[in-house]
Amino acid sequence: MDPIIILQAGVASGTVLLFATIGEIFSERAGVLNLGVEGMMLIGAMSAYSVVVATTTSDNPGGYPWLGLLAAMIAAGLLALLHGIITIHFQADQVVSGLALTFLGAGLSLVLGEGLSKAGANPFLPKITVPLLSAIPFLGPILFTEQSVLVYIGYALIPAAWFYINRTRPGLHLRAIGENPTAADAMGLNVYQLRYFYVFLGGMLAGLAGGTISLAISPGWFSELTTSGQGWIAIGLVIFAQWDPWRAAFGSYAFGALRRAILDIQGPTTLFGFNNPFYYNPYYGFFMQMLPYAFTIIVLIIGSRQALRQRLGAPAALGLPYVRGERGH
Amino acid sequence: MATTTAQKPGLPFTIKIEPRLNVPGWLGPAVSLGAIIVALILGAIVLSLVGGDPWAAYAHIARAAFGDLGVFSDTLVKATPLIFVGLACSLAFRMKLWNIGAEGQFYAGALGASAVVLIPIVPPEAPGWVTLPVMTIAGLVCGALWGFIPGWLKARLKVNEIITTLMLNYIIVALTNFFVFAVWSEGGFQMSKTFQKAAWLPRLADFAKQVTLFRGLTTHAGLILAVIAAVVVWYILYRSRWGYEIRLIGDNPRAAEYAGINIVRNTVLVMMTSGALAGLAGMSEIAGVVHRLQTSISPGYGFTGIIIAWLAKLNPLVVIFVSILFGGLILAGREIQPAGVPRLIQGIILFMLIASDVLMRYRVRIVRAGAEE
Repeated sequence: MDPIIILQAGVASGTVLLFATIGEIFSERAGVLNLGVEGMMLIGAMSAYSVVVATTTSDNPGGYPWLGLLAAMIAAGLLALLHGIITIHFQADQVVSGLALTFLGAGLSLVLGEGLSKAGANPFLPKITVPLLSAIPFLGPILFTEQSVLVYIGYALIPAAWFYINRTRPGLHLRAIGENPTAADAMGLNVYQLRYFYVFLGGMLAGLAGGTISLAISPGWFSELTTSGQGWIAIGLVIFAQWDPWRAAFGSYAFGALRRAILDIQGPTTLFGFNNPFYYNPYYGFFMQMLPYAFTIIVLIIGSRQALRQRLGAPAALGLPYVRGERGH
Repeated sequence: MATTTAQKPGLPFTIKIEPRLNVPGWLGPAVSLGAIIVALILGAIVLSLVGGDPWAAYAHIARAAFGDLGVFSDTLVKATPLIFVGLACSLAFRMKLWNIGAEGQFYAGALGASAVVLIPIVPPEAPGWVTLPVMTIAGLVCGALWGFIPGWLKARLKVNEIITTLMLNYIIVALTNFFVFAVWSEGGFQMSKTFQKAAWLPRLADFAKQVTLFRGLTTHAGLILAVIAAVVVWYILYRSRWGYEIRLIGDNPRAAEYAGINIVRNTVLVMMTSGALAGLAGMSEIAGVVHRLQTSISPGYGFTGIIIAWLAKLNPLVVIFVSILFGGLILAGREIQPAGVPRLIQGIILFMLIASDVLMRYRVRIVRAGAEE
């Protein structure tokens, strides 16, 4: 129960949620709700791992993990495009289409990943300790010591996404098509084309999240247990994050730490001077398993209350198909 | 997609896509059927791509699900919980409440019904006509309770019900596992003791003495309950004042609000009723099939319910038939490798269905050059 270790591991496994959450933020900012994150993450995890299995040779025992991540992003991005076609062009209900995407992604990854769980592969992605930064007390060991290279990519993504959305011209366009597509169209933006792009981008990031699990956080393919509902947690985090990358990062890392704390709490014999009930009765662990999901609900309640109070909230056109020539909502 | 025309050079006609003004009655079923056929073809393509023999797989599904009276009876057993969860989803979806938690409410119902036997609330010597109704009520109440939480959160705090219902699924599965392993485990196995006979829903096979045809048939009384539930939900939705309110809120919440309909109360009530229906599914599965509480009692019935509701166009009576179809798919799908195939086909079917909806809203017309304009 070393808090440093819990937070360090939390940042690592929170990176998965970070990618998925920021991806969904892009999609939702453009006005397209994509509930298929879980399915896209599964496809991503399966694709990344199977590429590594396929490219593992005796000369190259680690396979090509970067190629795997690329495959994960493309596969999940294509799946997201399917959602895009159905919701943007056919104007189908985004909720139902997202659910269908979840089924399709899960089914497809189970079928294509058949036998993959038995394939032993050791994807090798470097772990990096940053020379000077790791010496910072408290933060150094948590953020900059023995972290996967993907974690650092996550660090870079947070400010980049924030800057893009809030401070650049394309970011302004992104917000415009999610808030008021009719006005954006009148401004000369191609609403359909931009929405496709951000749906694809969101899918690619969800695929990266899946690949991060299967190649770096807990390497391997464990069918649906690979993601175990993290895609849905990411969708919850988007609401908590109020569609802001910094808040998304805070939520993702906090959830990562929580997942690790749940595992670690069953170790010691005493907790705060008392006998540790989770050590003496391992069945209490089932209650610990509920915590991430219960916390998602709590986090949602917090996010929804804030949104109500501050009159902030979802992009105004979220979930609504844009029909050219019809009056805006 | 407003009216668009595509004029290919050299073709003597134009293809026009224009909004439909009225939808002929036969179109809905025809489009659904077409969507299923296209989905099956796409599924076959995927199957053959991964090296399977799709036609053998489909022929196997048909034989293993509807081949003779015995397997058809097993199909009906699988269809029973599906009817309940299909109804649960149909009712909630009709109000545009996205209850994705039928799976969890199924578990809640199963847990509640099991508690009646395992605590025990009803003594083991009690006759079936006491035990079974108490179990039914327990399943109903627990399911409703598990639906109340997201319903209340949605109504009062505007918390997105899709995510809360989904998270509650994971929570109830962990809770069920806790009870199975830590409280009611029999000899350390991941299952409780077998229930006494009084807690079993009667099966057709129980009447084999009177009707020899019923010998070995596993269809149980839960099916009757499910069909009754379908008729009740149909009556509520299409013949009652409450159903009118539900449909109005679903179609136009603002109009409903102006009409003085209490949306907050209806949100909670519909979620609870939806949960109760899914809870009944759990109860009927526990009392009719498994006869004990164990882990993984559902192969994703609650999620299949979503597709069934959509395929039935939220019509409670159509839900019965669609459920039988999917019951067969699940029954036969158990033996099909790879294991993800039924889920994959379900996903494709749902995708095709929502994509085909565009045919309901738009018509494609082929106009000869010069015939118009």
